[in-house]
Amino acid sequence: MQLLLQRIFDGVSDGAVYASIAVALVLIFKATTLINFAQGEMAMFGAFFAYIFAVQSGILDFLGNQYLIIWVAAIIAMVLSAGVGITIERTLTRPFDPEDHLPVVLITLGLFLGINAIAGIIWNYQARVMPAMFPNGSDDKIVIFGARLFYDTIGTIVTLGVVLYILFIILNKTKMGLAFRAVSANVESARLVGVRTGRVLSFGWALASAFGALGAVIVAPRITLQPSMMAAIVIYAFAAAAVGGLDSVGGAAIGGMIVGLTKSLGNGYLGSWHFGLEHPPLEFLPATPLLIPVLILLAVLWFKPSGLFGTKRIERV
Amino acid sequence: MSNQVLSCENVTASYGAIQALHGVNLEVNQGEIVVVLGANGAGKTTTLRAICNMVATEGTVMLNGSDISKADTADIVNAGVAHVPQGRGTFAALTVLENLEVGAYTRTDDEVQSDIEMWFEKYPVLGERRTQAAGSLSGGEQQMLAVARAAMSRPTMMLLDEPSLGLAPLIIEDLFQTFAQLNKEQGTSMLLVEQNANLALEIADRGYLLETGEITGSGSAEELRNDPAVQAAYLGA
Repeated sequence: MQLLLQRIFDGVSDGAVYASIAVALVLIFKATTLINFAQGEMAMFGAFFAYIFAVQSGILDFLGNQYLIIWVAAIIAMVLSAGVGITIERTLTRPFDPEDHLPVVLITLGLFLGINAIAGIIWNYQARVMPAMFPNGSDDKIVIFGARLFYDTIGTIVTLGVVLYILFIILNKTKMGLAFRAVSANVESARLVGVRTGRVLSFGWALASAFGALGAVIVAPRITLQPSMMAAIVIYAFAAAAVGGLDSVGGAAIGGMIVGLTKSLGNGYLGSWHFGLEHPPLEFLPATPLLIPVLILLAVLWFKPSGLFGTKRIERV
Repeated sequence: MSNQVLSCENVTASYGAIQALHGVNLEVNQGEIVVVLGANGAGKTTTLRAICNMVATEGTVMLNGSDISKADTADIVNAGVAHVPQGRGTFAALTVLENLEVGAYTRTDDEVQSDIEMWFEKYPVLGERRTQAAGSLSGGEQQMLAVARAAMSRPTMMLLDEPSLGLAPLIIEDLFQTFAQLNKEQGTSMLLVEQNANLALEIADRGYLLETGEITGSGSAEELRNDPAVQAAYLGA
């Protein structure tokens, strides 16, 4: 019981981070029907923005409280990342025909490598300590049935919930949100009701970049800040987005949780699964539970190709 | 002409190397319903797309006295043009209500809600399904929604691209009544592209014949109905 709860808490904690990157992927997919392969690296860059403001420059030291400093830095990083997202959309993707996906996909792949390299040049590949957004000492926890639920996990979940709610309001209750969903549903018809699609695409990239940056700022204290920090996370985020359905924001959040939980539970219960042998037949066997999220992804794509919550593509002939 | 709403002067359009329009000239006056008759591939849809600048065009398109040939589609819509594209073009993933709301995207007045209620009264089936995704509607209901959505922008000029396509005769009859009513009550000018020439000429004031990207004839609805060539080609006489 204690172990099960512990694994659930750990899974949810990781899942929230996958969810935030997955939501960012979904936002750009909804706007452009493209996967932004550079999402993780853009988020990493955002985390470095926060690092500059919170630690490197000391600009925010006047605020006094360490949590206030990192939160203000995170918000500044989100705004700057939104700006970077808009710039990328305007300069690198808009000149290309939106119907022709290959060039833009290649551009995002190029960005993936480019942003990583630029970050490496600026900040080198040394791991840095990122200040935590929530108290994360070994005593900052509540104990439920012997399982430790850290404030960091609670804070991450609450933050994700609040930001998802804000996102829901923006998408469903504002005119810009309606325009965004209209463009997502049918670009040509959106233009025909007077929507300036360019602005809407920029809006989508801005939202996605800000959202991704927040995820990276939250996860950085756990895994240390360095240019390749998102490499593994973004893979799980891709899986989360696909499990939820690439065009469903809520689906991406739930997908993140599913991936986080299966990874944690799989690792916990099967990590030491040696077929009762003293020497497991394959040396990499302890790592195989990490494949579980990938297996779930395959299963979902096999039985429900549009994901658990995605829009089925129906075409009237 | 002073009361001219829309005019195309020598408009050409091409898709890549293929030229679809070879210098189209037409005009629509205030409060008129003008029909463009033509066979498949004559360039009817392209003519409407050229007016909204959704295809590479040359020539001049004037709307209420200003040149819109190089304007962005969104600006043309803002200037009062509503386009009901072929195949409805509703937002399948949005609800019926949201489709109407986004139809009023260019409006800033506070009568949007009452206009929506007006359309729900006119087409009760849309009102009953206001929270359903538009993609779940039947073809006829989608066409009603497409027309209502276009009217939500309170356009001065409506472009209708084969609204009767694939619909049952009773529904077509009803739709055309709606067009005539909009035209009469709100003074909306209309450019209607149709293969259903009989019905189109019934509500139209004037018409043009479009053949392989060129206007080959024009006249009042009366004249066109009585023209033996038109009868043979479009009226099945």
